[in-house]
Amino acid sequence: MRPKGVGASVPRREDDRLLRGRGRFVGDIRMAGQVEIAFVRSPVAHGRLRGVRAPERFAGRVFTQADMTGVKGILARSGLKGFRVSEQPALATDKVRFAGEPVAMCVAETRAEAEDIAAEVALDIEALPANVDMLRAAAPDAPRVHDDWPDNLFLETFVDGDIERAAADAAIRVTRKLRTSRQCMAPLEGKGCVAVWDRHMEQLLLWTSTQMPHIVRSGLAECLGLEERRIRVAAPDVGGGFGWKGLLQPEEVCAAWLAMKLDRPVKWLEDRREHLVAAANCREHHYEITGYADAEGRLLALDAVAHVDAGAYSVYPFSACLEAAQVGSILPGPYDFPAFRCRTYSVCTNKPPIVPYRGVARTGVCFAMESIIDAIAREARLEPYEVRLRNLVRPEQMPFRNVTGKDFDMGDYPESVRRAVAMIGHDAVRERQKAGEPDGRRVGIGYATYCEQGAHGTSVYHGWGIPMVPGFEQCFARFTPDGGVEIRVGAQSHGQSFETTMAQVAHEILSIDPDRVSVSHGDTALSPYSTGTWGSRSAVMVGGAVATACEKLGARALRIGAHLLQAKPDEVRLEGGAVVGPGGSVSLDEVARTFYRRPQNLPADVDPDGLELTAGYRPVVDTGTFSYATHAAVVAVDGETGGVELLDYVVVEDGGVLLNPMVVDGQIYGGAVQGIGTALYEAMRYDANGQPLASTLADYTLPGAAETPPIRIAHMETPSPNTRFGQKGIGEGGAIAPPAAIVNAINDALAPLGVEIGALPATPHAILSAIAAAEAVR
Amino acid sequence: MKAAAFEIVRPRDLDAARAALGREGAKAAAGWQSLGPMLNLRLARPAVVVSIAHLPELRGVSETPEGVVYGACVTHAEIEDGAAPDPTRGALPAVAAGIAYRAVRNRGTIGGSLAHADPAADWPTALAAMGAHVRVLGADGVRRVAVEDFAHGAFAPALAPDELVVGVEAPRFSASARWGWWKFCRKLGEYAEAMCGVLVDPDRGVARAAFGATDGRPLVIADASEALRDPDALAAPFAAAGLDHDPVARRLHRAAFRRAAARAGLLEDVPT
Ligand SMILES: Cc1cc2nc3c(=O)[nH]c(=O)nc-3n(C[C@H](O)[C@H](O)[C@H](O)COP(=O)(O)OP(=O)(O)OC[C@H]3O[C@@H](n4cnc5c(N)ncnc54)[C@H](O)[C@@H]3O)c2cc1C
Repeated sequence: MRPKGVGASVPRREDDRLLRGRGRFVGDIRMAGQVEIAFVRSPVAHGRLRGVRAPERFAGRVFTQADMTGVKGILARSGLKGFRVSEQPALATDKVRFAGEPVAMCVAETRAEAEDIAAEVALDIEALPANVDMLRAAAPDAPRVHDDWPDNLFLETFVDGDIERAAADAAIRVTRKLRTSRQCMAPLEGKGCVAVWDRHMEQLLLWTSTQMPHIVRSGLAECLGLEERRIRVAAPDVGGGFGWKGLLQPEEVCAAWLAMKLDRPVKWLEDRREHLVAAANCREHHYEITGYADAEGRLLALDAVAHVDAGAYSVYPFSACLEAAQVGSILPGPYDFPAFRCRTYSVCTNKPPIVPYRGVARTGVCFAMESIIDAIAREARLEPYEVRLRNLVRPEQMPFRNVTGKDFDMGDYPESVRRAVAMIGHDAVRERQKAGEPDGRRVGIGYATYCEQGAHGTSVYHGWGIPMVPGFEQCFARFTPDGGVEIRVGAQSHGQSFETTMAQVAHEILSIDPDRVSVSHGDTALSPYSTGTWGSRSAVMVGGAVATACEKLGARALRIGAHLLQAKPDEVRLEGGAVVGPGGSVSLDEVARTFYRRPQNLPADVDPDGLELTAGYRPVVDTGTFSYATHAAVVAVDGETGGVELLDYVVVEDGGVLLNPMVVDGQIYGGAVQGIGTALYEAMRYDANGQPLASTLADYTLPGAAETPPIRIAHMETPSPNTRFGQKGIGEGGAIAPPAAIVNAINDALAPLGVEIGALPATPHAILSAIAAAEAVR
Repeated sequence: MKAAAFEIVRPRDLDAARAALGREGAKAAAGWQSLGPMLNLRLARPAVVVSIAHLPELRGVSETPEGVVYGACVTHAEIEDGAAPDPTRGALPAVAAGIAYRAVRNRGTIGGSLAHADPAADWPTALAAMGAHVRVLGADGVRRVAVEDFAHGAFAPALAPDELVVGVEAPRFSASARWGWWKFCRKLGEYAEAMCGVLVDPDRGVARAAFGATDGRPLVIADASEALRDPDALAAPFAAAGLDHDPVARRLHRAAFRRAAARAGLLEDVPT
């Protein structure tokens, strides 16, 4: 390994501009002649749209779907059997299906003036009863979101394991009803785009804040009826995405169409209110789940019914069923048990469509599974960690195929628990509990263990039949004439530090100093195709592609270098930015100079393709890496206020070989804080009419620095046998376990009161209500 | 969202400010910390905004034997930092330091906070507990109102459109005074879900408590001596003020009282 290569904590190159406020985001793009859009959004969750009226003086500045001739709605099918297709028009047509759905767009020189126009547009809507409760959505009398559907289900799936026998023998049987709240992802930068028709290229240029420029291009081309070559999608700096920027949005279709219609640059910037009410919704799960175990706490069977509130439409490209249907395959988590039955429902409601959020279904799944493990521990009178140790897949079983057919690659899951127990000081916490707190608060300890399939590719995704299946990942690499390296990849960094880590990979292979490597990404005009950055795939897939391209590029440089050194090709190697042979060395600068500027000195059999190439990568086993972790939390619960303080938080995780440990720590911190939000703060609530109850960050509570404890991280580095450097996908992991670990800790603290929390977030209000209810019973 | 268009006026002096406020659809702006968000959300649509934070008449502080009069536009931060004299033996700076975040405190004003009359804001409850008064300038000159009487209800100050808050009178605590302030927020800097201030000043014959984060104006218990002996005595005033509408609210407000009193050294700090 090289000093600044794979495994080195090289400082982030991006930070110099981002931390000084010098990043360039969509909002920073101002084009000559630009106009801005404000959307008129549906004030009701469900209704028949009879008309849109704008005052005469705004003629030509207000547009509806009727104006957008030929523009198709967004279609995100899934190939799963029984999936019902919803078409989301760019602007609502006959019906509105969630409060906040765009109905018309208003255009003016500034956003404020566009909002002035929007305020005067009158919508004629006949309000209909709204379908807001996913558990009641299948009832015959439930209002139907899509008139031509027989019910409100996008999809129902059923994994029919034979659990009856196992269940009959079980000494322990625990059943829980569990709920995760609907959330907003709340990246620092909201969504936004600038669209402009480039007359020179005869091409629509869409700057957009996205995680997947190439996928947005494909989806946009379908909606607009343009050839893909007539569209360029590029992302400037992207201020966080977490999934909210992994989709094609109706607003993007609108801005793109309008730019062509007006022949002027058109800008739309999502504001926080739009983000909260009309857009980034995710994670609303409900479980009814039963675990069966023997008297020693060994899991025998799991039986679950899961509902996911998918909102009104299927999102492009991930569809409306990814979340719920995944529950059926990942609910068993990192455990080894023989029998599993699971029914899932992707429910269509009058709420904004849900989008996969960091961790996707795993955060809910982990909460459900880990709540059951703790419930079993209480029944079996065992320490919760002990029940985990008894049920986790053991290292000697690896590679392991679990009850749903997932192929775990490598790792020592129980060891992550043992280390977490040691790091958190389990026994000391138990002592402290016994002694009691001087201020009367109650202390509790909680654990959560998960494994996360990441970077899963073709073999997994083709089965979903959604608009996108990841295949080979490509990288373009080139030596410039002065010996620097340009790397271009099609995935999009939105906080993942590609510019740093991919330069490290190039350094690892080519030995060139990372400071002499430029990394650009995303832009469909400049980079190879990619499905983008999602699914914890980039370290594995992009890292693998960069390594492959650099190896091929290095081989070409070595040949030229060998010729210049008058050495045999197999006698030379790359080192310190030079081709080194038995009798001396020649710098890569010199090699590049020779190729570009003194071709007369090249060997006769030089590769005419030169010092630039595109190379592709896919792991031979592409079912994904399985990173895993155990999180442990210690909380103090104030029984008088319901307040929860996180006293300690430990993460023991295995991301395989870490390309840059510091970057991985950053990913874990960020994810864990989002997980704390899921656990304790964040809830996008709706009233019975489908009205969102939070429209500013005063109502939608996000954790802040003061609510975040120091998070202590330990790494286990079990290399994945299937990836280029042994790396595993870890980008999402931090956000998966905190709700389970924290609520388990709260429940541990409140167990003496007979209180158990089963719904997220565990707000002070929820905790006080539960305590009051328990007291009323006693 | 962006604010709708409005005209902004920066008056020369207090008279000019009052004249400008007499215009149709006029509204005062001091620190903009509450008005700003309301403008941007278009919840407030004034035609004219009269900016007053720079007026020397509203920035002054004067001390008397009875206490200190703060100009309406003295900021939370100035009180927090002790840049203005404090007659309350540390009570006012401590309340100020707990409002929102420093960036908000740098601009937000004591007068603006009272005029905004948010039930979850700190000043209306804290100043009511202290027995402070508001000075309001109108067509007929200055009137003086007890802080707890200055709100009709949530976001409804007892203020005519052309009136201005010009000052706040904070009473001087005696050496034996005991003060306790406690609020419960879901996160640092967030508006409180329950809050209570308790002041016992035997030399002045004061034993007051005030509760905020209500649905309306603060609940003031002018004689809190009984509740300090037995917090169950709060049941009746809570019921009258609607603070016990659910078991959670009841618990929280009770906890607020117990903890504020404990901080004042008036009750033992043992939560139940
Ligand atoms: C993120 C955030 C968090 C906050 N958290 C808290 C908190 O925890 N606790 C808390 O107490 N406050 C909080 N605030 C509010 C803050 O304290 C404000 O400063 C205060 O409520 C209003 O003061 P202002 O000077 O900014 O008034 P402005 O916003 O300028 O005005 C508010 C209202 O008062 C009127 N007004 C202002 N001054 C006068 C005057 N002299 N005479 C007549 N009318 C006047 C205005 O017309 C307007 O209607 C928070 C604010 C923000 C932005």
